[in-house]
Amino acid sequence: MTDRILTTRMEAHPGDSHTLTRYEATGGYATLRKTLAEMTPEQVQEEVEAANLRGRGGANFPCGVKWGFLAPAEPRYLVINGDESEPGTFKDRQLLERDPHQLIEGIVISSYALDVHHVFIYIRGEYPRSARRVQRALDEAYAAGYLGDDIMGSGFSLDVTVHLGAGAYICGEETALLNSLEGRRGEPRLKPPFPAIEGLYSKPTIVNNVETISNIPWIIANGGAAYDAIGPEGSRGTRLFSLSGHVERPGNYEIVMGMSWRKLIYEVAGGVRDGNGLKCWIPGGASAPWLTPDLLDEPVTIDDTGRLGSMLGSGAVVVMDETTDIVAAALSITRFFAHESCGLCTPCREGTTWLQRILERILAGQGRESDLDLLVDVCDNISPGLRWPPAMTTICPLGPSVVSPIMSIITHFKDEVRAMIPQGEPAGV
Amino acid sequence: MSERVKITIDGRQVEAESGELLIEAAQSNGTYIPRFCWHRRMKPVGICRMCLVEVEGPRGTMLTTSCTTLVGDGMVVHTKSDTVKKAQEGVLEFLLINHPLDCPVCDRGGECPLQDQTMSHGPGESRFVEEKRHFEKPLPISDLVLLDRERCILCARCTRFSDEISGDPLIEFIDRGNHTQINTFPDEPFASYFSGNTVQICPVGALTATPYRFRARPWDLEAVESTCAGCAVGCRVSVQSSQNEILRLLGVDVEATSHGWLCDKGRFGFQHLAAPERLTVPLIRGKDGELEEASWAEALDRAATGIRRVVEAHGPSAVAGLGGARSTNEEAFAFQRLLRGSIGTPHLDARMGDSLDAVLLAAAPNRGLIGDLESAKTVLVWGPDLKEELPVLYLRVRRAVTELGARLVVVHPRATGLDPVADHVVRYRPGHGGETLTRLGAGDGELAAARAALGEGPVVAVVGRTGLTEDSDLAGAVAGFAAGLPEASVLAVSRRPNLYGAIDMGVAPDLGPGRSPVRPGRDADGILEGLGSDIRALVLLGADPVADHPSGTAGAATDFTLSIDLFLTDSGRAADVVLPAAGFAEVEGTMTNLEGRVQKVNRLVSPPGQARPATDILADLAARLGDPWTDPSASALAGEIAELAPYGSVSWDALDWGRGRDGIVARGGDATYVAPPPPPPGNGNGLTLHLGRVLYDLGTAVAMGPSLAKLAQRPALYLHPDDASSLGVIAGERVKVNGSAGSAEVDAAFDPSLALGTVYLPFNLGVKIGSDPAVTVGPVS
Repeated sequence: MTDRILTTRMEAHPGDSHTLTRYEATGGYATLRKTLAEMTPEQVQEEVEAANLRGRGGANFPCGVKWGFLAPAEPRYLVINGDESEPGTFKDRQLLERDPHQLIEGIVISSYALDVHHVFIYIRGEYPRSARRVQRALDEAYAAGYLGDDIMGSGFSLDVTVHLGAGAYICGEETALLNSLEGRRGEPRLKPPFPAIEGLYSKPTIVNNVETISNIPWIIANGGAAYDAIGPEGSRGTRLFSLSGHVERPGNYEIVMGMSWRKLIYEVAGGVRDGNGLKCWIPGGASAPWLTPDLLDEPVTIDDTGRLGSMLGSGAVVVMDETTDIVAAALSITRFFAHESCGLCTPCREGTTWLQRILERILAGQGRESDLDLLVDVCDNISPGLRWPPAMTTICPLGPSVVSPIMSIITHFKDEVRAMIPQGEPAGV
Repeated sequence: MSERVKITIDGRQVEAESGELLIEAAQSNGTYIPRFCWHRRMKPVGICRMCLVEVEGPRGTMLTTSCTTLVGDGMVVHTKSDTVKKAQEGVLEFLLINHPLDCPVCDRGGECPLQDQTMSHGPGESRFVEEKRHFEKPLPISDLVLLDRERCILCARCTRFSDEISGDPLIEFIDRGNHTQINTFPDEPFASYFSGNTVQICPVGALTATPYRFRARPWDLEAVESTCAGCAVGCRVSVQSSQNEILRLLGVDVEATSHGWLCDKGRFGFQHLAAPERLTVPLIRGKDGELEEASWAEALDRAATGIRRVVEAHGPSAVAGLGGARSTNEEAFAFQRLLRGSIGTPHLDARMGDSLDAVLLAAAPNRGLIGDLESAKTVLVWGPDLKEELPVLYLRVRRAVTELGARLVVVHPRATGLDPVADHVVRYRPGHGGETLTRLGAGDGELAAARAALGEGPVVAVVGRTGLTEDSDLAGAVAGFAAGLPEASVLAVSRRPNLYGAIDMGVAPDLGPGRSPVRPGRDADGILEGLGSDIRALVLLGADPVADHPSGTAGAATDFTLSIDLFLTDSGRAADVVLPAAGFAEVEGTMTNLEGRVQKVNRLVSPPGQARPATDILADLAARLGDPWTDPSASALAGEIAELAPYGSVSWDALDWGRGRDGIVARGGDATYVAPPPPPPGNGNGLTLHLGRVLYDLGTAVAMGPSLAKLAQRPALYLHPDDASSLGVIAGERVKVNGSAGSAEVDAAFDPSLALGTVYLPFNLGVKIGSDPAVTVGPVS
C-alpha cells in the first residue's frame, strides 16, 4: 500500500524537485494531460468525492463536499490558502518550495473540475522564498503551456496569480483571506454567505489548502478509490505532520494516519529530547487542546482526536517534555492569539489580551488565588460552556482558540499553576 | 412583499416580518436586546457581540448575534436565558476593562448607551486589575471633531457611516487586536460634510464636536423638536438649549426626509444665532448719514414714513419687496400681505435671481417626494451639486443607488459629489444645456446608454440650476423632459430653506398665496434693475441682494430701504432703517420643504436684545401704514394660511411634534407649469463660466459661527488642465478673470472633470464678477 504521496519526489530528488524538468521527468503533468483529454469535469469531481479527501487546512472538511457547494454564477474562483501561520505548522511551506508543480498540476485539474478560470495562491507574507519558487514554477508552466489560454489544446484556459500576505495570522481564516486579497483589512466576514456562494469579489469561491490540492494529481492518476483505500475510515490518504518541540528529530513527516501517538512521537520523531519524560503534546496546532501521556496509545486520526476533546487541525504536533514551564508555554500561545486577533469582536479583542496579562502576572509572581477561577471564567465568556468543539461569542474561532492552552493547563496542571501563586494575603496597600 | 411569520421570544409567540432582523423584530414586539454596533440605518456587522441571544436550531440551541440573524417562521429565541445573560455580561465586562470610566467629565455621561446598558445588562463590577490601555487624547481628526481612542469601544458605527452612508471613508480601523483604534489616514483629516452624524451615533463619548464639547450635561438641556432651516430639505431636528442658549442640534430619524442624518452646516450652523454681530436694537440713518440706535417706535415710524413718502410720490408700484426664503411661512405670509395688501405693490420675490421659475418650484409637473427615491429604478440628477447645496438629499440619492440598486444619471458641468456612484455622467458647458438635453432625449451617440437607463421607471428626476450662469429655462425644459419619463416623479430643487413656503405664501411676482396665478410683477432681477428709476423703495426680509444676487450689481440707490434681518448685512449697511428680527428657534411657525412638505419649527430660546419676530414687525408696520391686522401671531396667521387650498389639511395642531413628524405635504393650487423648449445655445466661442455653490461659503450661517467659519474654502478659479495650458495658466498661480460685472485676481486650480472650455468659480467666497457665462481668463502679468 502506498504510504507516500506528497513527498516522494522531493525525497528522491532533493536538489531539483521544484523544477519543471524534474517534475516532467517524474511523470508530472501527465495526469493533467489525461484529465483534459479524457475526463469530464464531473468525472474529476466524482473521483475527488470518492477519495474522501478531507481538507488539510485545519477544519478537515471533506473536499468533495465543499466543491459541491460552489454556486453556478460566473466568474467563480479557486483560492489556494498558503497562509500557513499557526505556530508549529510548517508543512505547506515544504510543498510550496519543494514541489510547486505538484500544487500547480492540482490547481489546473481542480479548476477544470470547478469550471474556474482564475486562481489566486495566497502565500504567507513571511514565506517570500515560497512565493518566489511558486512564481518561478508558474512561469515555467505558462511557458510550457500548462497554464494560460487553451491549455494543451483542450480549450480550457486558466490564469494563476500569486499574492503575498502581509503578516497576519487571521488571513489564514478563509473569509479574512478573501478580504485581504481584495485589498481590505484582514477581518473575517459574517457567514452566511459562505464563500462558495459569495466569496472573492462577491463571486462563488472555493478556498482550499495547499496540501489538499497537492493531493489532487495523485487522486486523479490513481483514482479516488485508491486514495480511499489508504488509512482508516474518516482519515483517508497520507498526511504531512509537522513535528516540533522537545523531540529528537523535529520536521515534516508524511505518514498514513491511524498509527498511535506513541509511534508518531517515539519512532517517527525519534522520541522526547535527551531521554526526558513526556509532559504533554499539542496534537494539531496552537488552537488545539493538549493531550497527556495517558493517551499515547490512541490512534492518530481526525475523528479519534476529536473524540478526545482536541483536533488534528493542520497537523502541527508540538511536544513538551517534563522540564516545560507550563504557564510560560500557555502564555506563549496566548500571546500569539492576542497579537493576531483582528480586533473586531469584543470578546476576542479584549479577552485574549486580558488572559495574556493574567498569565504574565502569574509568571511574575503576582498571581492571586482568584486568578484560577478568573482564567476559566474569562475563557467561558469567549467560548461559552468551554465545550469541544467550542461554542463562540465571536465571529471566527480565533478567540475561542485561546481557550485551548488556558484550559489545558487548568485541567491538567492546575497544581503547577497554583504553585506559582504566592499564598497568603497580598502585601498591604 | 414580505410575509408575516410567527416567532417565539422568551416563550411568547409574536409576529414579525420574514426577512426582518431578529433585533428589530424583538424590539417591535417589546423586547429590547442590548446593542452597540447595530444601527437601523446601516448594515449589520455583528462585531460588538452585545446582542447575543440563543436561537433553537436543528443542532441545539446556539448563541448568535440578533443583529445578523433574520427571523424565520417558527424561530424560537431566548433573550434572557442564563447563557445569554452570562454572554452579555461578559461582553460588557470586556468592553469596560479598557474603558476609562471618566463618565463624570464625559459629554456622553447621562445619555450614554454604554453607561445605560452597563446598568441594565452589565455585571456590576470588573475583575480587571491591570493598567488600562492608553492612547494620546483627544485627537483632533478634523476642524470639528475630536477623537478619544480610550473611550472608543470600536463599534465601527462612525467608520460605517462614513463609508456606507456619506461616501467619504476618511476614518478607518487601524492596527489590530488590542491595539485596534479608529484613526484617519496620514495627512487626510476627517473633512466630511457629514462628520457630526458620527458624533451623534457614537455609543460612547469617543467622538465629540467642538461646538458642544464640555458645554453642558444632558440632563440640564431643554429640547424641542423642529425642522432644520439650513436648506430646503427640511431635516427633522431636536434643538437643545441650556440657559436660553442653543447648544446643539441632533438629527431625528423620520422616514420622509432625513433618516436621522444632518449635514454639518445644518447641525452646527446654529452658532451664528448667538454671534455677537446679531442685531439687538433697531437702527436708523442719522443726520450724519451713519446708522444709529433707535427705539422701536422711532424706527417703525421712520420705516412707515419712508414707505409712505415713496407711495405718495410714485405710487405703490414704486415699492418692492425681496426676501422670505429664510423666514417661516407665517412671516412670509405677513410679508406678502404687507406688500400686496397694505402697500399695494405687485413687485415681490423670495428668490434672488439664482433660482427657478416660481411656478416650476410650486407646481412642477409630476411633482414627487424624496421618499420616491426608495422605489426608483433610475435617478436623474440634472441640477446643483446636491452634496454642496442640499446635502441630505445627496444622502438619500446616494442611498437609492448604493443600497437600493437604482441607476444614476448625473448631468453637470463638472464632477459632483454623486459622480463616484453614478452609472452615467454627462458633461456639458454652461450655455449648451439645451443642445445636451436635445441630444440626451434622442439618445445621441455616447448618450445612448444614459437615455436607455432613463427609459426604465420609476424615474426620479432631481432638477435644478447647475450653476448661476445657467439659463433658468433649462431646468424647466429638463423638468418637462423628465416628467415624460416612465413613472416619473420630479423634484425641482432650489437651496434656500423656505423658498418653497415663501412662494406658496405668495412671495413671488406671478403667484399669490396658495399658488394662485396673479398679474405678474417684477422678479428679483427686474426689481434690482429698476432700483433708482421706477423702484424707489425696497423692503428686505432676511435678504441681502448686495451679497447674494449673482449679478453683483445690486445696491443702486433707492429713496428708501428697510432691512429686516438678523445681521447688519451689506444691503443693510446701505439701508435707511434696519430692524432686528428673531431667527431660528426664536420663533414658532411652519416651513415648507422642496417637496411641498409643511413642517413645524418651534421656539426654544428668546431672541437677543430687542429683536422681535418678523410677523410682529410687519404687523406694526402695516398698522402704521393704515392697515391694522387683527392678530399677527404665528398661530393666527397659520389659521389664515390653512384657508389656502393647498394648505387646507395643514392645521397647526396636526403638525406639532410627537404626532405628524413627517409633516403634511401641501398639494394642489391653480398654477400649472408649462415647460419651455430647450434654450438655444449661448455664445459658442471663448471660455464659459460655471458659477456653482459650495456648502461652506461666506453666508451668515457659516461666517457668523465660530466652528464653521474656518471651513470656508479659499476662493480659486478652476480650469481644465488643457484650457489652462492653452491660456498659459499654471495651477497655484494668480490669474485674472474678467466677467460681466467686474474682474478679479484669484488663485488658479486644475479640475480635470470640467467640460472643456469651462472655468469654475465657487460662488459667494468673496469673488464677484457677475453671472454672465462669457468670461476671459489670463495670467497676471
